[in-house]
Amino acid sequence: MSAPNKSFDPVEVSTLSQENIDENVANAIAAIAGANSLDELKEVRLAHTGDRSPLALANREIGALPPAAKAEAGKRIGQARGKVNQCLEVRTLELEVLRDQLLLIEETVDVTMAAATVAQGARHPLTTIQEQISDVFLALGYELAEGPEIEAEWFNFDALNIAPDHPARTMQDTFFAGNEDSGIVLRTHTSPVQIRSMLKRELPIYVVCPGRVFRTDELDATHSPVFHQVEALVIDRGITLADLKGTLDHFAQSMFGEGIVTRLRPSYFPFTEPSAEVDLQCFVCRGASIDNPEAACRTCRSEGWIEWGGCGMVNPKVLVACGIDPDEYTGFAFGMGLERTLMFRHGITDMRDMVEGDIRFTRAFGLGV
Amino acid sequence: MKAPVSWLRDFVVIPADATGRDVAELLLKVGFEVEGVDSVGDVQGPLVVGRVISIEELPDLKKPIRWCQVEVGAAHGNADTPGIRGIVCGARNFAEGDLVVVALPGTTLPGDFTIATRKTYGQISDGMICSAREIGLGDEHDGIIILPADSATPGDDAFPILGLGDQVLDIAVTPDRGYALSIRGLARELSIALGVEMTDPGQVLAELPAAAGEALACASDDTQACDLFVLQTLTGFDPKAPTPDFIKSRLAAVGVRSISLAVDVTNYVMFELGQPLHAFDADKISGTVRARRAVAGEKLETLDHVTRELVPDDLVIADDSGALSLAGTMGGLASEITDATTRIAIESAHFDPVVVARMSRRHKLSSESSRRFERGVDRMLAPIAAARVAELLISFGGAEFAGSAGVETAPAKSVIEFDPALPSRIAGHTYSQDLVKEILIAVGCTVTESAGAWAVTPPSWRPDLIVPIDLVEEIVRIDGFDNVPTRLPVAPKGRGLTQKQRLQRRAGLHLAGRGLVEVRNYPFVGVSELDALELAQDDVRRNALRLANSLSDEQPLMRTTLLPGLLTAVTRNISRGSTDVALYEIASVSLLRVGQSANGGTNPPRPEVNGRPNDSLLSELEALLPDQPLHFAAVLTGATSPAGWWGSAANYSWRDAITAVLNLGLELGVVIDVEAGVLAPWHPGRCASLSVNGVVIGHAGELSPRVLENLGLPKRAVALEIHLDVVLANAQSVASAPTVNTFPVAKEDIALIVADAVAAKDVLATIKDAAGELLEDVRLFDVYQGAQIGEGNKSLAFAMRFRASDRTLSSQEVAEAREGAIAAAQKLHGATLRG
Ligand SMILES: [Zn+2]
Repeated sequence: MSAPNKSFDPVEVSTLSQENIDENVANAIAAIAGANSLDELKEVRLAHTGDRSPLALANREIGALPPAAKAEAGKRIGQARGKVNQCLEVRTLELEVLRDQLLLIEETVDVTMAAATVAQGARHPLTTIQEQISDVFLALGYELAEGPEIEAEWFNFDALNIAPDHPARTMQDTFFAGNEDSGIVLRTHTSPVQIRSMLKRELPIYVVCPGRVFRTDELDATHSPVFHQVEALVIDRGITLADLKGTLDHFAQSMFGEGIVTRLRPSYFPFTEPSAEVDLQCFVCRGASIDNPEAACRTCRSEGWIEWGGCGMVNPKVLVACGIDPDEYTGFAFGMGLERTLMFRHGITDMRDMVEGDIRFTRAFGLGV
Repeated sequence: MKAPVSWLRDFVVIPADATGRDVAELLLKVGFEVEGVDSVGDVQGPLVVGRVISIEELPDLKKPIRWCQVEVGAAHGNADTPGIRGIVCGARNFAEGDLVVVALPGTTLPGDFTIATRKTYGQISDGMICSAREIGLGDEHDGIIILPADSATPGDDAFPILGLGDQVLDIAVTPDRGYALSIRGLARELSIALGVEMTDPGQVLAELPAAAGEALACASDDTQACDLFVLQTLTGFDPKAPTPDFIKSRLAAVGVRSISLAVDVTNYVMFELGQPLHAFDADKISGTVRARRAVAGEKLETLDHVTRELVPDDLVIADDSGALSLAGTMGGLASEITDATTRIAIESAHFDPVVVARMSRRHKLSSESSRRFERGVDRMLAPIAAARVAELLISFGGAEFAGSAGVETAPAKSVIEFDPALPSRIAGHTYSQDLVKEILIAVGCTVTESAGAWAVTPPSWRPDLIVPIDLVEEIVRIDGFDNVPTRLPVAPKGRGLTQKQRLQRRAGLHLAGRGLVEVRNYPFVGVSELDALELAQDDVRRNALRLANSLSDEQPLMRTTLLPGLLTAVTRNISRGSTDVALYEIASVSLLRVGQSANGGTNPPRPEVNGRPNDSLLSELEALLPDQPLHFAAVLTGATSPAGWWGSAANYSWRDAITAVLNLGLELGVVIDVEAGVLAPWHPGRCASLSVNGVVIGHAGELSPRVLENLGLPKRAVALEIHLDVVLANAQSVASAPTVNTFPVAKEDIALIVADAVAAKDVLATIKDAAGELLEDVRLFDVYQGAQIGEGNKSLAFAMRFRASDRTLSSQEVAEAREGAIAAAQKLHGATLRG
């Protein structure tokens, strides 16, 4: 690198020689290439393009040249500076890219540290299965009917053809509110909502009613004094058992998969006649486990069917009690236990899990079953 | 109802190779669920009939032992003594010539005990003479089984004779089918399923000898409650006569203990025919035996040694001295058959189902007899069953027939007018008239066809067949539900969920989405739980409806607040190792109406069910019930976001309880106002009273330290409870869209020093009001208390955002609005701007 031209000695005007300029340019380019960071490049820029750089100093000497030589020297210096600046620009871009890449590498974290462990809310599966079932029927045009949990005995029993001395009243172990003659009970089934629907709604009636019910059973792995049912009621002209069977099959398929069917077995409920128990075809083995120890099924205990609920054609006496003409209208009703449904559908082995409110249990279900 | 297959075979021909499972399948076909099939006895191997030929008492032993030669048939003897085996036996109740049961070597008895030839008491014992208990036929071990003379031949297989290996079905009988609580009734169902005729023991009247004595007289004073009463008198009965083995083993199979011949026979006939019967010691009866209502104050000690106070609604069987038994329910102790009874009176009557059901419920007394009467007994059976009992007691108890008495009130003949097309109309499946008739006849009906409706007379054993739909059920049941096709009915257009139902779902999703976990607690609560909440004695939440028959004495009340259940669930979670617990529940509570008693009233309205009750009756029914509003409550404790490598924990605080409600309001479009409130169980300085349109809807904040200590909960746990119904009712039905303003925002922060007592909410309201419509939003973002601003003061820092809808605001406009807010705060709250 040449020394500064302090004395403006014409002898030193050799700094404007092509050789000298070329050398300065070469030096600059080498220095630029040698800069390995933007900071180094900043120093290189200062040294080779700054006010005191050889090319700047050479430029200053142009003024001392004879006018004829000025233009050529100016052009020479200008080209040299252009070349250096272009190199600087290219290197700057290169180093910026490098800097950015290094930054990303430096900022790398262990993404596996993130885990879904922060407090996470959930709805109770009994709530969400009620909604899922309701939605099946809402899609068919049914409406969601509700009634009080503390209910008049008349709605819970009398209007459902369960007379005060009917053996069925002892079948269901009833919680009486106040005293046994108060006329108030904790509803033993969701069926009083049928009565309320028939008294309140206009015909035809298509309703689904999920809800909490009560019987005086002690809590154990399979019983609870407080449990949930869902019930459906249809009252219309020309409703038959075939409609009941078709609706049950549709319900079974909506909840358990294509092709799953139900089966009816004769039974007795005072508020329906004919009455039947509803069995659900096992949705796990679809019957393949029957008499086949090789393929035993835990869900249906290799019976191929799962007891699911009760059903029947609405007893004409019930229609009459609600002021509906049984010669003009017929209807069906069916009901299922929701705890039981959750148990076999989701493999819940202990009723208490649905009662105790342990967050570890409920969180597993999230916002829907 | 338990039914041995062998007993069913007495009345219906079941294929010889049919197993218990096969019979169960047949019954299932016609609607009877068989809950189990058991085998009688657990004996395998050569168990044969033997005849004792000779008995030799073995000398010089501590206890008497016999060495017997027993004839066991040519096929079973051993090489040395063809047809004969020597057996050592400790029992003494038999004599030479008796027929006994011999377990030959190789027989396995219950308890996996295999008989082998062995040397004992100096003799080779080549088998075992069996007692009933040894082969699993009851508890008797007093002696070995002696078969009736000439009832079998030595060498016969003893299995069928003893009923061993017989299959016993356990059948679930629904309460409408009283007739099926008998072998007779089940045999009929089986005959229908098999399509064969049955031999009906209920239509065979036993021929008794001519009456040879004095019969007790009988009467019915209440012909509605007892329309048929037969009383047989037997004399010369041998009270020591043993019960024949076939009766004993059959009773054992249906689960009844053998007591004495007289009692066993009445039970046997009841199980066979379905007619409950009662045997009295006739010598303890004076005068006419009558069915009558009890007299107030009358007492009776029943067979279970309970002295019962009778009421005039009870029906008793009585003599001149007073009540002898609770009719159709349980006998009295004083007239019980004893081991000295020689004169017997057999009661065989027909009682009203409702009368018996009431009595059974009132006295909490359910017997085999009351179960049958409640469900309906064949009215024609009484004389047949009585004669059958007499026949058995004559032949096995040496009794003589003294005579019979009876009274009867003929019932109204029940004929059902039946449209034979009705089954098809109800089922949606075509049943031919021939099939309908065939099934009706199979179940016992008499059918008179005519052009229009048929006249169908149900059989006497089917009092449950009253109206046409009852007959429809029989058609569908016997033909089978499987034959009914399937069809999906088309519902009219539905309106979907109601607004309230939709909002309730949305509330649940919102809360769970914000990290709360739903619980569904029992609605039962106890006074101690309310005490733990430090509720004042006159707190309305103590006015709870009381259960008459709660499961636990600890929790006899229906909840008026959701908090006790939530707090219990939180405690349970913590005890199981969870530390950060945020639980919520949405459920109804019950609040007594004004004037309503916790113990309920009496004489509630009971509308008739022969038509729609009128509206005033319906509202009387509604008025019985307590208010049952929907509540939302939550309890939060621990970290809302736990500490970790990402940073420190944020713990639930009083603020979270309040914002949980406010945020729910925001979600549902309901403005909820917050004010300081005081209510147990909350911390009096950290409790917000929440209201909508000036109506208090609930409270939120930190639980009081005392309550937390009572419950053993972590410090600073917070809770909230609100009337969700009110919030849902005030929710926006249709959300309205805001105008999104695109002009630039101007931000200004101000810190105002006010006295501690000034509520932040009020300062905020003032700022909002004074800053004018350019103020887009203002939020309290910092609170400072300390020496710098003087004791008793606090500094509230507010972040303000200004924006106009039509222009970019000038800095002067913003400054004016800001100054206006400060000035108003100074004026109204004595605030000073913090420098
Ligand atoms: Zn299966």
